[in-house]
Amino acid sequence: MSAVLQNLVNQPYKHGFVTEIESEIAPKGLNEETIRLISEKKNEPEWLLDFRLKAYQKWLTMSEPNWQNVHYSKIDFQSISYYAAPKPKKKLASMDEVDPELLRTFEKLGVPMHERAALAGVAVDVVFDSVSVATTYKEKLAEVGIIFCSISEAVQKHPELVKQYLGTVVPVGDNFFAALNSAVFTDGSFCYIPKGVKCPMDLSTYFRINTEGSGQFERTLVIAEEGASVSYLEGCTAPQFDTNQLHAAVVELIAMDNADIKYSTVQNWYAGDENGIGGIYNFVTKRGLAKGVNSRISWTQVETGSAITWKYPSCILRGDNSVGEFYSVALTNNLQQADTGTKMIHIGKNTRSTIISKGISAGKSNSSYRGLVRITPNAQNARNFSQCDSMLVGDQCGAHTFPYIQVHNNSAKVEHEASTSKIGEDQLFYFAQRGIDSEEAVSMIVNGFCKEVFQQLPMEFAVEATKLLSFKLEGSVG
Amino acid sequence: MISKNNQTLLNVQNLHANTQDTEILKGINLTVNHGEIHAIMGLNGSGKSTFAKVLAGHPDYIVTQGNIQFEQQDLLALPPEERAQAGVFLAFQYPIEIPGVANSQFLRLAYNTVQSKRGNDELDPLEFDDFVREKMKLLEMNPDFLDRSVNEGFSGGEKKRNEILQMALLEPKLGILDETDSGLDIDALKIVAKGVNHLRNEQNAIILITHYQRLLDHIVPDYVHVMEAGRIIKTGGKELALELEKHGYDWLHNDQQKNAGVSV
Repeated sequence: MSAVLQNLVNQPYKHGFVTEIESEIAPKGLNEETIRLISEKKNEPEWLLDFRLKAYQKWLTMSEPNWQNVHYSKIDFQSISYYAAPKPKKKLASMDEVDPELLRTFEKLGVPMHERAALAGVAVDVVFDSVSVATTYKEKLAEVGIIFCSISEAVQKHPELVKQYLGTVVPVGDNFFAALNSAVFTDGSFCYIPKGVKCPMDLSTYFRINTEGSGQFERTLVIAEEGASVSYLEGCTAPQFDTNQLHAAVVELIAMDNADIKYSTVQNWYAGDENGIGGIYNFVTKRGLAKGVNSRISWTQVETGSAITWKYPSCILRGDNSVGEFYSVALTNNLQQADTGTKMIHIGKNTRSTIISKGISAGKSNSSYRGLVRITPNAQNARNFSQCDSMLVGDQCGAHTFPYIQVHNNSAKVEHEASTSKIGEDQLFYFAQRGIDSEEAVSMIVNGFCKEVFQQLPMEFAVEATKLLSFKLEGSVG
Repeated sequence: MISKNNQTLLNVQNLHANTQDTEILKGINLTVNHGEIHAIMGLNGSGKSTFAKVLAGHPDYIVTQGNIQFEQQDLLALPPEERAQAGVFLAFQYPIEIPGVANSQFLRLAYNTVQSKRGNDELDPLEFDDFVREKMKLLEMNPDFLDRSVNEGFSGGEKKRNEILQMALLEPKLGILDETDSGLDIDALKIVAKGVNHLRNEQNAIILITHYQRLLDHIVPDYVHVMEAGRIIKTGGKELALELEKHGYDWLHNDQQKNAGVSV
């Protein structure tokens, strides 16, 4: 790879710093005691403790998956601390009361909270090391009957809703990491949109991992009742550490008749340095159930961080005429590895799904698309369109595509398109000959490549994502 | 030709260049003044395209000897984008495809980058749209070019017209056309030639690299140079191209033998 390209793609992590906030950390290791401790700390009802213990028992019988196209040394689950909470100084009623150190952290991340919340009209549920610090706009949302809070709070205030839906889309024993999450999840977001309500603003959560050595196990549950619609944004970033951090989140979405859930993610966790030291292991289970007729679940993700990404936001299209969408940009650089894609399970009649996946590999990284399209026997007239494009930056990276297509109904129509391209010296020279330097050239090529996905993002997120990609690939010159 | 502004635009002295340890250019000397058109002819592999790329600063070629003066500047000291900003334009023999990047976006970024480096105002998207459409008329281009990805799926002729359109937008001091005529039918050739003639003036200069006389029927050169094995072996007026067309390049060798001992 040329020096120019090498410089462009080698860019130190901008968000690498540790905020000094006192943390309360559970002893390392995982056993029933740990789980009881978490449940007790969070003052949980008996049924939830049972849920956790059941998941733990299931987890003990499972083994870590090894089919994915990523490589890492074995995780010692007994050396992880499963609970860390910022010591509460006092009850927080407004953003002004939030720890100034924490606010400074968000400033450094370029997320001016007040402004962002006020100007963009975004309600932000801030999760800091597994515990929600403050929730804004909640009252405004409450006026239309929307519940948007931390899942811990939901467990206390709306236990019947949580109990009814938790684990119904991703069962406790679904996979190794989902079982682990079900056993030890500490916090996350809960969102309930009542019948007929169109959520008046985008709901947004910023996640941040802060305590070295503490895995973060987020749990998110979004329910859209009949005729409801919501757009949910999730943005992530983490400070720079040398030890790998495990992140195993579970997200469940449920859409009833005529409901619409749009879930967008921008993920920029610490990816490790150029030698592959450090970085987050991002092993996430995200799944949406399009339960009702004419329901729609749409996933959009921009994955640029983490040492290893392993996630397949999926749609179970159970309702007749339901729609599933997956729009993804995955960018890997240095020694990052990503194995990501989706699953579209067509069960209802006339169900439709669209998959647009864009993988960009730079440095010595490896990026894989893995996607399943399954048309079950009763899914009359199901339709799928998949497009998987890979772009290589330099000549030491890899791109792989693993499509799985299972059709059990003759009326189905399934299309798969794939392409691989490369940003070459010749393209950069062409730009240069027109007066455009290589940084701008790479940025323009990559953003052009990702256009179809960025168009799916809410406006301010699209701007952020565009900047993020440019930033991840350029700027280190000099 | 009408009177020339004799101030030197480009002065190439004893230029040697390598790629992958093979010497391609072996001592090129060339002076181009404002207002002039120079044609460079020669067989495949004689180094014509390499010379064009070296002028533009292609990273695959290493200059081992010699120097290039462009107005008051040492051209070899500038990276490719600064050469373009200074007014060196290369119309590519094989224009590069850039999937996903709209032509309009690419053209505007190029135009605005170059304008701002030259201390001029940039155009906003609407102003630029008017501006570029005007230029496209000159080359009889369909406006839907603007919405397509840069060169992607363009026919050979469309790509070449797109190159000349970029030249029209960037208004270079030195336009180097690397086999712009190859792959063009006679109608397209006339349109391209008309565009180039329209762009030429007393402040700029053009180097045409071509195999064929027919382009020179439409864009009449002041000088014709013949390259062989990395050097310019003969220089003449426009009639030299006609002679070559008539007798072929071998004729030149016979001619050289006749003049043995005379260094070129």
